[in-house]
Amino acid sequence: MAQPNNFGFGEEAALLKESARKFFAEHFPTEKLHAMVADDPNPERMSSAAWEESLWQQMVELGWTCLAVPESAGGLGIPLVAVAGLAEELGRAAFPCPLLPTLNATYVLAACGESATSALGEIAEGESATLAITDSDGNWSSDCTGVSCEDGKLNGTAWFVQDARKVSRLLVSARSADGVGLYWVNADAAGVSIQPDAIVDLTRDQAHVTFEGVSAEQVGADGVAALDAAMPAIWTILAADISGAAEWQLQTTVEYVSTRQQFDHALGFFQAVKHPLVDVMIMTDETRSLVYNAACAFDTEPERAAQYAHMAKASASETAAYASGRSVQCHGGIGFTWECYVHLYFKRQKHSQMLFGDAAWHRAQLADILIGAVA
Amino acid sequence: MSDSARKDTAEQAEFRQHCRDWLKDNHPGEPPVRLPLSPLEIMSQEQLSYLQAWQKAAYDAGLVGCDYPVEVGGAGRDDCQRVANEEMIRARTPFMPNVIGLGMAAPTVFYHGQDELKQRLLPRLFSGEDIWCQGFSEPGAGSDLASVQTFAEKKGDKWVINGHKVWTSLAHFAEWMILLLRTDKSHKYDGLSYFVVPIRSALGKGVTVRPLIKITGETGFNEVIFEDLEVDDSFRLDELGRGWQVAMTTLAHERGAGEKVTPRSGGLKSKTTHATNASNLIELAKSSTRNGGSAADDPLVRDGIMRQMIRETALAANQRRARVPALQDHPGRLPLQNKLLSSEIAQETGALALEIAGARASLYLGDDNAPAGGQWPMAYMNSYGMTIAAGTSEVQRNILGERVLGMPKSK
Repeated sequence: MAQPNNFGFGEEAALLKESARKFFAEHFPTEKLHAMVADDPNPERMSSAAWEESLWQQMVELGWTCLAVPESAGGLGIPLVAVAGLAEELGRAAFPCPLLPTLNATYVLAACGESATSALGEIAEGESATLAITDSDGNWSSDCTGVSCEDGKLNGTAWFVQDARKVSRLLVSARSADGVGLYWVNADAAGVSIQPDAIVDLTRDQAHVTFEGVSAEQVGADGVAALDAAMPAIWTILAADISGAAEWQLQTTVEYVSTRQQFDHALGFFQAVKHPLVDVMIMTDETRSLVYNAACAFDTEPERAAQYAHMAKASASETAAYASGRSVQCHGGIGFTWECYVHLYFKRQKHSQMLFGDAAWHRAQLADILIGAVA
Repeated sequence: MSDSARKDTAEQAEFRQHCRDWLKDNHPGEPPVRLPLSPLEIMSQEQLSYLQAWQKAAYDAGLVGCDYPVEVGGAGRDDCQRVANEEMIRARTPFMPNVIGLGMAAPTVFYHGQDELKQRLLPRLFSGEDIWCQGFSEPGAGSDLASVQTFAEKKGDKWVINGHKVWTSLAHFAEWMILLLRTDKSHKYDGLSYFVVPIRSALGKGVTVRPLIKITGETGFNEVIFEDLEVDDSFRLDELGRGWQVAMTTLAHERGAGEKVTPRSGGLKSKTTHATNASNLIELAKSSTRNGGSAADDPLVRDGIMRQMIRETALAANQRRARVPALQDHPGRLPLQNKLLSSEIAQETGALALEIAGARASLYLGDDNAPAGGQWPMAYMNSYGMTIAAGTSEVQRNILGERVLGMPKSK
């Protein structure tokens, strides 16, 4: 099936994106973000899990957390292309909250079939969740897990669990005699211990989660198939978040170089400054276009979803790296200080760049699809 | 039903059906001559005649200039050129030879010319009977276009033109030229005016056309010298001193950011033409050897090809997103990137092809052992024409930085 010309991005999607933009601009300006998460510059501190839970509750009431939950499970079941618009605005605001992790878990659950209906129902009711699906090496292959399941009990450790301190549920992949399955666990269940990682990014938290004989409900018997089906959506919304954050980096830096004077000119007068910022715009636009292309494929052309999502995340990872580098460099001395806001996005972007696969990994996966596996 | 068809208005739907019906019976078939990669590389009269016959037929069937009013030779339709283009490209027709006429001269004459001039010139432009060329660049005015020195002096009710234009594609076939020149030496921008001038009918009578040979060895563009060419004042477009503003209409259309959709067809290849897009790199890699194995198994080659395919997909997705108002912040932001991106992506793809071909990249058109008949080195060399012409990539970055991002103007 071919894709619609406008990516299927209709009036409802435009309204959602616009209202998200207004919501974050009104309730969560960058000053507030900085005051909340950058209160302690000590490099040896534990990572910040500070967030404004009352705003999160408003987001839940607005229905943003159940957008991707199928209607059959009590959600809104809107297309990924509209969810991507919301993720772009979330990235622009760098808003600390478990929206992306909850959406990620939703897409995986939705790919599990009927066995996941009640877990999806909990998300529709306002519970938040995150994926616990990789080992200490951060290997993003669907069959990789550091957790095992025997007699309905989980044991082992899941690594790189995003926003683990902000969620109420964990979606865990674990290996049993039958292969890799998916399990739904309360974050405060007996035997679950969430050990925060001390990370660079101030706008998210991350943890490794240890399971010691945790009773868990299996929501998906074929975890690899469910993860493979959902990962294109997960890569796409993360790429959307990156493109929104990159747009913030671009606009903030352009504003600075248009004001700051050196050698009798605003910095942006000099082509050594102007041209790299144009390249940031070009890369941001390429990523954003690839995001909507990938989202539309997920919605309408599933056989191409993985191919286009690899493209979107590969592009996003490059954009994250380049936009971050230029945002600090073009701010000059002030850009190297804690007081200047650019470090918040620099760190968020470096985190996003590697999360769920960096550019080279996604291009290697894409090459296997387009060229064929190496003989 | 195709997606584009699903969004059609009633007029577009009816017109699309007309295009399909006509194209089914009137596709010109396999070309009897080797076709160049683009209209700008037309070298022989045989190539031109074949392509002109195609454009005339498409025009007579109403597929060219259809959004222009009937009085100037159009069909008075509303947003139907896009439809005709989609159908012609789908049908893999030849490209149209009068590319500068259709893409740049037509909208410029239409928006800035007097009624009588439009009625006289545009029908034969649309039909391809009159080929057009563009006189902008000069030896001393490349990226800094506003410094053109070609001068028109008023003598009685005529203008007398002297000057030197370069890089004029198709001038050796052209009947007409759009010409940016100076009518006042004391003001850089406000001293510019814009004319249409005859070329072929004035050869030897004030106009000389000489071919320039490109780094590839191909001809295709020219230098044009004006020595006391006399033209009528009715050939002037817009007011005296408004040449720069008129040139902006031309350049916006050249960069794909203008009001009018340019009539476009293409897709038909003759046996020896070879596409040089990134997906063709896969074939090249599979037929090339590296370290004793297939180059298609080399991780760096694979990574490089994927980078190019991602950027090509992004460019197509940009063009698609440019038509979704809710997904952009600034109306010029995506259209103004088009030329810069397509030319730089093509250049990187060409460079990568040479690396993949390895030692065999040294073999050129005349060598039987050259991969893809030597088209890759030619495409790579030709790509510099694209990153230099119509405003170099450096100028494009200034334009984007200033007009879209609002950074201070560089001197």
